[in-house]
Amino acid sequence: MSDTLAKAIFGRLSWESIPLHEPILLGTFAVVALLGAVILGAVTYFRLWGWLWREWLTSVDHKKIGIMYIILGIVMLLRGFSDALMMRLQQALAFGADQGYLTAHHYDQIFTAHGTIMIFFVAIPLIVGIVNFVMPLQIGARDVAFPFLNSLSLWLTVAGALLVMASLFVGEFSRAGWLNYVPVANLANSPDTGPDYYLWALEIAGVGTTLSSINMVTTILKLRAPGMTLMKMPVFTWTALCSNVLAIAIFPALTGAFALLLLDRYVGTNFFTNDFGGNPMLYWNFVWLWGHPEVYVLILPVFGIYSEVTSTFCGKRLFGYSSMVYASVVITILSYLVWLHHFFTMGSGASVNSFFGIATMVISIPTGAKIFNWLFTMYRGEIRFELPMMWVVAFMLTFVVGGMTGVLLAVPPADFVLHNSLFLVAHFHNVIIGGVVFGLFAGMYYWFPKAFGFRLDPFWGKVTFWGWVVGYWVAWTPIYIVGLMGTTRRVRHFDDPSLQIWFVIAGIGALIILVGILAFVIQIAVSIINREKLRDTTGDPWNGRTLEWAMPSPPPFYNFAFTPVVHDHDAWYDMKARGARAPTTGYLPIHMPRNTGAGLIISALAMVLGFAMIWYMWWLAMAAFVALLVVSIAHTFNYNRDYFVTPDEVSRAERLGAGV
Amino acid sequence: MENDSVAAGVQPVFYQTADEGPAHAGGGTLLGFWIYLMSDALIFATLFATFGVLSTSFAGGPQPRDLFDLRLVGFNTAVLLVSALTCGLAMIAMQQGRLGALRFWLIVTALLGMTFVGVELSEFAHMISEGATPQRSGYLSAFFTLVSTHGLHVTFGVIWIACMLVQLGQRGLQADNRRRLLCLSMFWHFLDVVWIGVFTFVYLLGAL
Repeated sequence: MSDTLAKAIFGRLSWESIPLHEPILLGTFAVVALLGAVILGAVTYFRLWGWLWREWLTSVDHKKIGIMYIILGIVMLLRGFSDALMMRLQQALAFGADQGYLTAHHYDQIFTAHGTIMIFFVAIPLIVGIVNFVMPLQIGARDVAFPFLNSLSLWLTVAGALLVMASLFVGEFSRAGWLNYVPVANLANSPDTGPDYYLWALEIAGVGTTLSSINMVTTILKLRAPGMTLMKMPVFTWTALCSNVLAIAIFPALTGAFALLLLDRYVGTNFFTNDFGGNPMLYWNFVWLWGHPEVYVLILPVFGIYSEVTSTFCGKRLFGYSSMVYASVVITILSYLVWLHHFFTMGSGASVNSFFGIATMVISIPTGAKIFNWLFTMYRGEIRFELPMMWVVAFMLTFVVGGMTGVLLAVPPADFVLHNSLFLVAHFHNVIIGGVVFGLFAGMYYWFPKAFGFRLDPFWGKVTFWGWVVGYWVAWTPIYIVGLMGTTRRVRHFDDPSLQIWFVIAGIGALIILVGILAFVIQIAVSIINREKLRDTTGDPWNGRTLEWAMPSPPPFYNFAFTPVVHDHDAWYDMKARGARAPTTGYLPIHMPRNTGAGLIISALAMVLGFAMIWYMWWLAMAAFVALLVVSIAHTFNYNRDYFVTPDEVSRAERLGAGV
Repeated sequence: MENDSVAAGVQPVFYQTADEGPAHAGGGTLLGFWIYLMSDALIFATLFATFGVLSTSFAGGPQPRDLFDLRLVGFNTAVLLVSALTCGLAMIAMQQGRLGALRFWLIVTALLGMTFVGVELSEFAHMISEGATPQRSGYLSAFFTLVSTHGLHVTFGVIWIACMLVQLGQRGLQADNRRRLLCLSMFWHFLDVVWIGVFTFVYLLGAL
């Protein structure tokens, strides 16, 4: 009787779901719980809850939302990197008689979680965060087109991240690879909670990302400052536009595929099963129809960051502005036509494989054009090797190698040999670390003074830089080599002892990257302590060229007291050259959106709904769903969503920003 | 640079010092909602593609010819198309500022939408009672998912109309409500367009 009652209340959640027998997980839980308790305790002790709620959790300010996205990305980077270290250690040890320290069950969850977290909860939040912070400033807008939606997008992403983190301590995560491949993820093969955690977390976060993209595209198309025609937009805004258009075009395929797999797992339909007419390869097509364009969703805004940084630190207008724009658009379109190269081995025939192989190779042309544009911008420029520029140079040297191995993999006969090998794994780490991650660092160093009003410490920045760059090469060159020799991916134990040395070297490389990551954390702490010495009082510490530098650092909450009028695509450089001065009197009332907690509440309910569905707690799922509907409808009855900042308040804020 | 031709001494305007109007004009909402509809269209595209791939995966189970009553589906299609007309009439009433007529046509639209969903549910019940369940074959999984996703959208549209009616009662035809009604109308017509696809590809081609 009590057993059925417990089942009705808790579904399949029981004491056995908590991994008390796994010392590694128990230790991690202790550390996380301790850290969490310290943070919560500190917030309570310093009476910061009210401030946190008013200024951050309910904020619809695009700058604060951007910063919160970036914090989420950095925290999740630490988690994802811990997974990477565990894998490197396992693969360095597990040769011959030595089985390493991880069971297959645990190891498979780690490589799945590593990939899922790094793409969905590190790369995406960091990109969305930087776009959120920078883009509205660059186009001279007050905020994004839909400020509430922006807050909802953020908290939905956080809800997804929390579900993935919960799987570490309650139940287990998927073992089916970072795209949760069927047939492994089918109910028949994985009856546990793993794929359900994966699917619900990404379904919730995916809705957030789609809404965010709709928001950004509308913002760019509708809220540009007067005079800023499309071909006068900064390159970063252009690449943000391309990236978000692409995201809107692909996320529905992912959301759809995950929904169908959820139906397979919960209702017993036969979309991706091996019998009753199901077709597992259909799932692969959908997830890669999302997956390949997704790498361009990530890399395009980063190309924009490189463009801004190169132009600023070479003191020159960007070489080939229009070709840069067209290259971005061409990449956006082509990226939709290459997904099948992820499974040439599916057997779709020579003609289909040729089409996708050639389409893939063609992408290297616009990308190559971009590389040459950056090089020509540097040519005869007055290059200042500040931290952001160092990352640009490291990117060009590293990324080009990754691009070339990519073209190599695009040749179908070569891919038949290298498919699912560590060569492929080294290739995509080469382009994602050498392209996306390096660019995110360049962007964070470049815009940090704008966000907080002081620069990051250069010494620890250099340690971070060298740790990452040297660490990348030491970690991934050996993986290229063993991959070319035929070693496959996702392997926990090896028989051939001659390979061990390569994995030991790769492990050392990972430790060097660890130095880079720790130096980054130290750098932030040191910079906060020394913030008065690193203070930027000008608002334009790098002699920038675009509008975000035309205001104090950090910017006032309404961004521009007077909306700028744009005459050139390096608008701020143009204004400086012609001696433009913002008026200091005659302020006007400014129309601004009100804060709201609705986004946070809706996302929390979505998270409860996901958790309840994962554990089959049907009553809780129903309750959360009804509450979700009620809160969403109630929110539409709130018509009081905006207000005007009075000229007096603007005047006060402006004098404060100018340091008067 | 084209602006270098500006005569020396004449400084171009670099800051807007006159009142610029509201920064969040309604046009952005309509564009944003339209983009959302496009992403929703892609979800339907995913479901159509799935249906296409699995359209002959009967796994020895029932086939479309055994299942569909085309007259009933034809009736339901007519109901939905008429609801598009009444939705359009509601928008005309809104443009003319006739609140009573607007509410009348919205209620008619919602009733037609409910009729549509009701007939669809009875069709589903009939199919399931004959053993044609979503679990029976890949084909039926794809059929039920595609058609009921559309049905869920219609249901959501009906809930939206209900909320709009209350909000119109509370605040009348003010700017926010006009904007919402325009979005609602786009949503309703979008559902019609999708249904044309469903009717053609699922029912008519299936009956061949």
